[in-house]
Amino acid sequence: MNIKEGVYLVEAKRTNPLLLAFAYGILIVGSIWMLLPLVWMTSAAFKPMSEIIQVPPTWIPKHFTLDNIKQVFEQVPFARYFLNSIITTTVIVFSVLLTSTMAGYGFAKFNFKGKRILFLFILSSLMIPFQVRMIPLYQISQQFGIIDTYIGVVFPWLFDAMGVFLMHQFMLTIPNELIEAARIDGASEVRIFFTIVLPQLKSAISTLTIFTFSWSWEEFLWPLIISNSDRVRTLPVGLQYFSEQYGINIHWQMAGAFVAVLPVLIVFFIMQKQFVEGITLTGMKG
Amino acid sequence: MLGVRKKLSQEQKLAWVGVLFVLPAVILFVISVLIPLIQAFYMSLFDWSTIREAKKFIFFKNYIDMFHDPKFIKSVAVTIMWTVGVVPTIIFLSLMLALILNMKSLRFKGLFRTIYFVPVVTNMVAASFVWRWLFEPSHGVINYFLSLLNLPQPGWLADPQWALPAMMVVGVWKQIGFAMVIFLAGLQTIPRDMFEAAYIDGASGLTMLRKITLPLLNPTIVFTSVMLVINAFRVFTIPYVMSAGGFTYGEPGGPLDSTRVFVIHIYDYGFRQFELGYASANAFFLLLVILIVTVLQFKILEKPFEY
Repeated sequence: MNIKEGVYLVEAKRTNPLLLAFAYGILIVGSIWMLLPLVWMTSAAFKPMSEIIQVPPTWIPKHFTLDNIKQVFEQVPFARYFLNSIITTTVIVFSVLLTSTMAGYGFAKFNFKGKRILFLFILSSLMIPFQVRMIPLYQISQQFGIIDTYIGVVFPWLFDAMGVFLMHQFMLTIPNELIEAARIDGASEVRIFFTIVLPQLKSAISTLTIFTFSWSWEEFLWPLIISNSDRVRTLPVGLQYFSEQYGINIHWQMAGAFVAVLPVLIVFFIMQKQFVEGITLTGMKG
Repeated sequence: MLGVRKKLSQEQKLAWVGVLFVLPAVILFVISVLIPLIQAFYMSLFDWSTIREAKKFIFFKNYIDMFHDPKFIKSVAVTIMWTVGVVPTIIFLSLMLALILNMKSLRFKGLFRTIYFVPVVTNMVAASFVWRWLFEPSHGVINYFLSLLNLPQPGWLADPQWALPAMMVVGVWKQIGFAMVIFLAGLQTIPRDMFEAAYIDGASGLTMLRKITLPLLNPTIVFTSVMLVINAFRVFTIPYVMSAGGFTYGEPGGPLDSTRVFVIHIYDYGFRQFELGYASANAFFLLLVILIVTVLQFKILEKPFEY
């Protein structure tokens, strides 16, 4: 029997119908579990309170209403939370991208005294959980009077050791000749970085962008600590604050959750591949 | 001679350029990581409270007191229960799913992969809201399903015995897709001709799984496990959102501290009771545990595996 036949047989063997049926069974039961909260949330977001607490539950709203969505924006400064999330996330993503690519380039393509030790030092912060730093960070924020401000929300996240490490690894793959040639042509160092080095790293940059975006959009603990007012509350913190104030209003909470989840889900469906790559890069954040 | 000097200065110039490139990251590292870390340790040596206006150097007393604090012991126990409940479950389920999705003749692979990844990108606070309501004892969908099956319907989040298991369901739900994707990537690196050779030798599917797939996937499994363990030690959002506020207006970590995971414990002392010194000592304990786990990971991964 040659290898070709062997391949054929392995494939043929895998179509054992019983095994396949079992596999589909597991996948479908699991899928119901995965989708249950989203389906229920979507349904509840468009139902009046009386229908939400009804047993047995209705999956397709009988009394369809848009009132919950409207109320969320009227009763809760939801638009503001959304804007706050967008502002803080944008700043964080931009800063992480810039500092990571710059540092990655510096560490990968230049030689200076103490480089190795500095690099190791920065990498070691990957092992330090944020929870150890949060109390001093809060005190520092107090000293600088940046509690309940955007700067306060973003400043612990402006740099990410993971990003530095990732960019460093990618920078190593760029041929030195490319950079040296540009240098001989008289291009300035800043120009080399932006016009020659960065364009080589498009996929790495998009991965880092999505990775940073996902965790900073999700970040809950620090914004919860640092914000006292709706001025800077981000979406997750705003949602939680709302539930602590008006716990009874399940219908609004569901509408709020729906509005919060939808945009990211849409982006995910459009850019699935990048999302999966970006998030599986490391699950350590958060 | 002149040439050498010129070359030297060029090298020096480039060294400075390199320093300038790494400088922003280094400055931010010092401000947001190094200084806070040192300060956390410094604070942990003090009886430091902003409410009692105390700031007294007590050396390692906080660390000693910790081990006599029932809340510390409770929160360590809860965190261990969470880890033991969540991590093996995720590993088992996601490994099984990855093996299924790796089957040649299976259809709708992309669709299933997307479905299982959806929880990973679903906002955790929003999802915890929804789960909290799904677990509601008298109106919730879960107890409705249980009643259809004639099974007992626990009080879930209202019951100290069932609150943590209910949250574990959410913890597993959130992370399965992530682990599954890592395992899928790992499976795809195993060369197909290994299976073919084994098949020709007459190995059954189960034998191949035991002798080829699992040993070759071992580093991936160790890596993912450690990541999940560290995540489990640091879990906060799920137990916080599912216990605090809501229609029961509960306390974080409740009921009766039955879901007081370690980070809620630190948060409680640091930001609700303002015992900054004691909270910092507890935080340092967490750091130490995470460091030990990380070092163990490297030790295990360094060891060459046999197959």
